[in-house]
Amino acid sequence: DQTSKENNPASLGILARSLSVFAYVSVYVMVKVFQAADATDLVTELRRSFDDGVTRGYEWRVTQLKKLLLICDNHEPEIVSALHDDLGKPELESSVYEVALLRNSINLAVQQLKDWMAPDKVAKTSLTTFPASAEIVYEPLGVVLVISAWNYPFLLSIDPVIGAISAGNAVVLKPSELAPASSSLLAKLLEQYLDSSAVRVVEGAVTETTLLLEQKWDKIFYTGSSRIGRIIMMAAAKHLTPVVLELGGKSPVVIDSDTNLKITAKRIIAGKWGCNNGQACISPDYILTTKEFSPKVIDALKQELEAFYGKNPMESKDMSRIVNSNHFDRLSKMLEEKEVSDKIVYGGQKNRDKLKIAPTILVDVPLDSQIMSEEIFGPLLPIITLNKLEECFDVIRSRPKPLGAYLFTQNQKLKERFALTVSAGGIVVNDIAVHLAVPTLPFGGVGESGMGSYHGKFSFDAFSHKKAVLYKSFIGDAAIRYPPYSTGKLRLLKALVNSNILEIFRVILGLS
Amino acid sequence: MEAMKETVDQSLREMRDTFASGRTRSVKWRKTQLEAIIEMVKDNEDKMCDVLFQDLGKHSTEAFRDELGFVMRSATTALNSLDKWVVPRKSNLPLLFYPATGKVISEPYGTVLVLSSWNFPISLSLDPMIGAISAGNTVLLKASELSPNASALLAKTIPSYLDNKAIKVIEGGPDVATILLQHQWDKIFFTGSPRIGKIIMAAAAEHLTPVTLELGGKCPTIIDHHSVSKDMKSVVKRISGGKWGSCSGQACISVDYVLVEQSFASSLIEMFKPVIKSFFGENPKESGCVARIVTKKHFQRLSRLLNDPRVQASIVYGGSMDEEKLYVEPTILLNPPLDSEIMNEEIFGPVLPIITLRDIQESIGFIKSKPKPLAIYAFTKDEKLKTRILSETSSGSVTFNDVMIQYMCDALPFGGVGESGMGRYHGKYSFECFSHEKAIMEGSLAMDLEARYPPWNNFKLTFIRLAFREAYFKLVLLMLGLKR
Repeated sequence: DQTSKENNPASLGILARSLSVFAYVSVYVMVKVFQAADATDLVTELRRSFDDGVTRGYEWRVTQLKKLLLICDNHEPEIVSALHDDLGKPELESSVYEVALLRNSINLAVQQLKDWMAPDKVAKTSLTTFPASAEIVYEPLGVVLVISAWNYPFLLSIDPVIGAISAGNAVVLKPSELAPASSSLLAKLLEQYLDSSAVRVVEGAVTETTLLLEQKWDKIFYTGSSRIGRIIMMAAAKHLTPVVLELGGKSPVVIDSDTNLKITAKRIIAGKWGCNNGQACISPDYILTTKEFSPKVIDALKQELEAFYGKNPMESKDMSRIVNSNHFDRLSKMLEEKEVSDKIVYGGQKNRDKLKIAPTILVDVPLDSQIMSEEIFGPLLPIITLNKLEECFDVIRSRPKPLGAYLFTQNQKLKERFALTVSAGGIVVNDIAVHLAVPTLPFGGVGESGMGSYHGKFSFDAFSHKKAVLYKSFIGDAAIRYPPYSTGKLRLLKALVNSNILEIFRVILGLS
Repeated sequence: MEAMKETVDQSLREMRDTFASGRTRSVKWRKTQLEAIIEMVKDNEDKMCDVLFQDLGKHSTEAFRDELGFVMRSATTALNSLDKWVVPRKSNLPLLFYPATGKVISEPYGTVLVLSSWNFPISLSLDPMIGAISAGNTVLLKASELSPNASALLAKTIPSYLDNKAIKVIEGGPDVATILLQHQWDKIFFTGSPRIGKIIMAAAAEHLTPVTLELGGKCPTIIDHHSVSKDMKSVVKRISGGKWGSCSGQACISVDYVLVEQSFASSLIEMFKPVIKSFFGENPKESGCVARIVTKKHFQRLSRLLNDPRVQASIVYGGSMDEEKLYVEPTILLNPPLDSEIMNEEIFGPVLPIITLRDIQESIGFIKSKPKPLAIYAFTKDEKLKTRILSETSSGSVTFNDVMIQYMCDALPFGGVGESGMGRYHGKYSFECFSHEKAIMEGSLAMDLEARYPPWNNFKLTFIRLAFREAYFKLVLLMLGLKR
């Protein structure tokens, strides 16, 4: 045998080539490329399931929700591990901010679904069309698309899917390719546990997303950047598809000198570096405080940062890393900009290999610098000082509307003015980001930070059509409704108007 | 066009400054404007009926019933309810967050654009404006150039009644609309066709502007003659009134076509004839009660729909047309081919196809094969059929045993789904349509939980897990050291 091999280099070559062709074809077949026809087939299949009524019944919806709960119960370690692979996310953040929040969301939906599905009765007395009765019936929109983001890949994928399923839709989820371990784990688990005739995951990047966006969906739910949000809405316009866009922005934190500075600093740190290292849509982006108070703020932050992450935060296991080198370079550039780099008062260390940037505080960077013009989405915290705290309103108003706006103060009047005049998705006073976890508050943006909202029943509503239903009887048919229109009828109408505007409709519609 | 661009820029600047000044936020300001709208309509009733007659040949009774009276009622409702609508809504927070409090306040979007349609040019302009104003926005209206007299009257009259630094009117057609859509608005409200709706939404996407699109579709009317035989006279009258008594069928919620069982079709047609005659006499063209087709272009569209020889062959009543007077006679068709144009686009005219089925249950499948309409009407007392219609079809709304009146009921949201639109208004929904629902949460600086903060350890992890599960007893055990 050895002899034959040595004596047959030609046949070896043929063998090598055949093997490589075989390998190529095998890989191609195994890693099937998602093409236009696949997108069409997918939607067609899901639409058939929807039309067949698969997703409409209460039982199906609750079963799917409970399966999602099983995923949380049985696979938490794998989820934590995937999040660690993708983002270096600490176990507590993964367990609490992704899995625990999801568990709560699912449990709430299971508990309340019957209530949510029940029609809303409309008070008879408010009807000017008496004798009649009316109700508002909740119906699913049909086949919906959920596109999620990379920073909380499980939470931002499954939470909208919970809404879609509770509302009785068929749903396609496209997780972010920038968190590949999470994306593939989601695909595996959802396929394993959920009804794949109505719930599917499509993995991929720009190509796959574009193909999906060419299809006609009954709703698109997108979490991500404002830039892509525009592309999504434009694609949706072609089919008159309604959208929910959960985007971002620069969420400001205003700190008043009468606040409890220790707690304020702790909450800001937990909300910034403790939430995926500042890579969260509701992260405190920058601070506004007075020139006088600013040194105290910086000291408090430094003190608590050291308490949380030690003297060597680059070594701390309690912070996520920067997601990839693109974002690392983006953040580096922000720090290196002229007139910014010399404003660093804490941190500033970087390690590209480890994709780590230390918690960094800057003071009074130029307002037109990169770091003050785009959403930071990272561990950098600029502090802008003002002569008077009231100037904060102008600073905030001069920028696009953010997803969140925060205020730390004991001053009641300031709280009221802030709540009334700062336009943002949501406002939190004396805390950071917690409104995200409250199911009874609608979570969503306004202006550049998005449109639509979800969480709790708002998720159910986001994926439902609220159909108005009017039940009329045959009693009462005033001649005044119909032609011919005599001047007499008009006179009667006008007389009614002058006496009581509300009466006119009771007459027209048959009760007089 | 340059002048128009300058006008738009200036108007926007002024409206934005006005909004920033906070004037439109005050409830007093909003109420003053709403009262002014009522006064404006009352004072200009005759002029408004005149322009509606000029643009659409509407009889003043129809004009008053469908537009003027409707607007006054809408403004009155808003006036009476505004104090209630502006109150923040308290949200109950889970115990976990104690002692934090939460509420939702309705905040105006800012500067909004209302684009209205030609068929109800007064009400489709003023009604959305009532919503925008109640919600505290500044608003710019562009009415349709296809109802030029109504548009001109609004442009002339609104500035003398309303705060013209906050509420503005611009006249013009598609070229003006294009200029308007190049700007950033905080909300756009559009009433019109699905085709233009897509263009509006795509333009809004550039600025991430939320939109409400009130579009149209083919609103089917199911007649289950078995269960409503006793009231058939009323059925026919209501359908006729809805189809031919309101802008000659040129309404988004008009009865587009009728579905009925084959066995009843000819009786049904025979019942329509005397009703139509009772409405319009022997010569509807001279009755003064038939609105005309809005423009030559629309007339030619309807003409084309009817001139299809297979459609011509299906005419069982009416059919006469007068291009000079822009008049189309109340017309009934029996089973025009389902692939004809008239059965595949919104008719928007006084032509009523009757489609027969073997069994009325087939109406469900028939409706489902078409895009989701703005409204479905069904005349039936059969509870099973009602349930089937509600659960198996999708539409903006469903009305049983009448037509069109869901529009008058301001306790019901008015809007479409799918091709028939997105968003809704009327009554409180108008206020919500132009408001951003802003969540406000307030925490306490007095109490703090160490477990919230790094450095993380197992104790903190267990604590938070239990807290999230609201397993308070176990939480207490943990804190007392009795749980590992």
